[in-house]
Amino acid sequence: MSAIGIHIMGKQFPARAGAPAREIFRDFRLDVAAGEFLVLLGASGLGKTTLLNIIAGLDAEYRGAIRFAGAPPRIAYAFQSPRLLPWRTVLENVALVLPSGTEGQEAARAMLADVGLAELADAYPERLSLGQQRRVALARAFVMRPDLLLMDEPFVSLDTASARRLRDLLRRLIIQHPATVLFVTHDSREAAALASRIVRLEGTPVHIARDVRVELGVTERGSPARLQAFLSDAGLAEPEALSGGA
Amino acid sequence: MSTASRLLMSALSLLALMLVWQVAAWWAASPLLPGPAAVLAAMMRAAEGGALQRNIAITLARVAASFIIAMLLGSAIGIALGRSPRLNELLGPWVIVLLNLPALVIIILCYVWFGLTEAAAITAVSINKIPNVAVTMREGAAALSRDLDEMARVYRLGRWKLLRHVTLPQLVPFFTASARSGLALTWKIVLVVELLGRSNGVGFELQTAFQMFDVALVLAYALAFTAVVQLIEIGLLQPWERRVNRWRR
Repeated sequence: MSAIGIHIMGKQFPARAGAPAREIFRDFRLDVAAGEFLVLLGASGLGKTTLLNIIAGLDAEYRGAIRFAGAPPRIAYAFQSPRLLPWRTVLENVALVLPSGTEGQEAARAMLADVGLAELADAYPERLSLGQQRRVALARAFVMRPDLLLMDEPFVSLDTASARRLRDLLRRLIIQHPATVLFVTHDSREAAALASRIVRLEGTPVHIARDVRVELGVTERGSPARLQAFLSDAGLAEPEALSGGA
Repeated sequence: MSTASRLLMSALSLLALMLVWQVAAWWAASPLLPGPAAVLAAMMRAAEGGALQRNIAITLARVAASFIIAMLLGSAIGIALGRSPRLNELLGPWVIVLLNLPALVIIILCYVWFGLTEAAAITAVSINKIPNVAVTMREGAAALSRDLDEMARVYRLGRWKLLRHVTLPQLVPFFTASARSGLALTWKIVLVVELLGRSNGVGFELQTAFQMFDVALVLAYALAFTAVVQLIEIGLLQPWERRVNRWRR
């Protein structure tokens, strides 16, 4: 289990194709407690993905430091697109992140059964629906028993029912395999349905506009009306939602 | 169209070609345009003593050796250039020069510098093919998916896993394309190399037949060799392509 101390003193997007250089982070601090399900809520293009990439070690072009308490955590990352290998079967995609051998194969098969895809183990990803591909990506993330799970709008562009099923699945997997989660979304209801803490990001450079604990029970998280009420109380409701879509 | 009817169509089309050829041979009535029967007879004669089979085998061995060398070296160079923009700036122009050097010039230079040897022949054919492979593979290496690369980095796949599961599968279409055009180019150049500086192989036999104005023998060798190359294409290259592409929808 890992607690993370994020301190980004400076991060810029260089000027490109006529757009001027943009400073995304300046003296940005965020501490994440071990076992927390932290949702980073904010508009698209704000720099949320950049933040995840910095934490994942994919983006080293910044000033500052990411500190992990204890040993470096095992990190899994569910990207915005599933990023599966199309030329490998579903099972091979999941087993890829484990050491080779029958043990890894067995663990991958068990994890696929866990996400409800046991019978698709030998299919190739392009034959699967987007929802199924995202399930495979989730299985790949959880099969390695991560300490830290980074998720970048992993349920975007799914219909409401599919997205809800995947959220339920994610909640179940987190209970089975506890991990610290950093979850990026622009959907405040999705945030309230999943988070133990919501951090709303705003502006350029990015600052924390709100930092709210979420203490809702399972039944409350399943009720859209209750979620909406919570969001209004916490000052996290989006203007369109408040006006009732008028 | 089913496979059977496609095969039937191909057979009919080839039969029609034979017919045209036969009619033309009758009309010309000259030993310089022998008909299918005369060519078949020449083929049987050449095969009787084993000369046809031996020469085709020798030529195929040269094709195989230079093809493998060219694919290996060309892929390595192409991938290196595709991955490193600086290396590409430095060595890219060399590839272009080599690409535009006529095959004949490379063959002559190899024979002049290394003598009329087997090694010189193989080297000449390989050098002709390497830049083609390098250019195709460079394109593939430059287009490698950044998304998958990031995935591999986050999940800490080792070097070997990265190569085997992520990088090489992305290069397969480019490798197949250069292998395909490569085989066709290689066997044509091998014939020229044999004609200019070897004392056996299909190219050498063609030259001998040419000096005797034995058109039937020229056609006999050409047809027999083309048939063998077609067999390799159908029996080896196409099944391999199907295998590596089975994941596509």
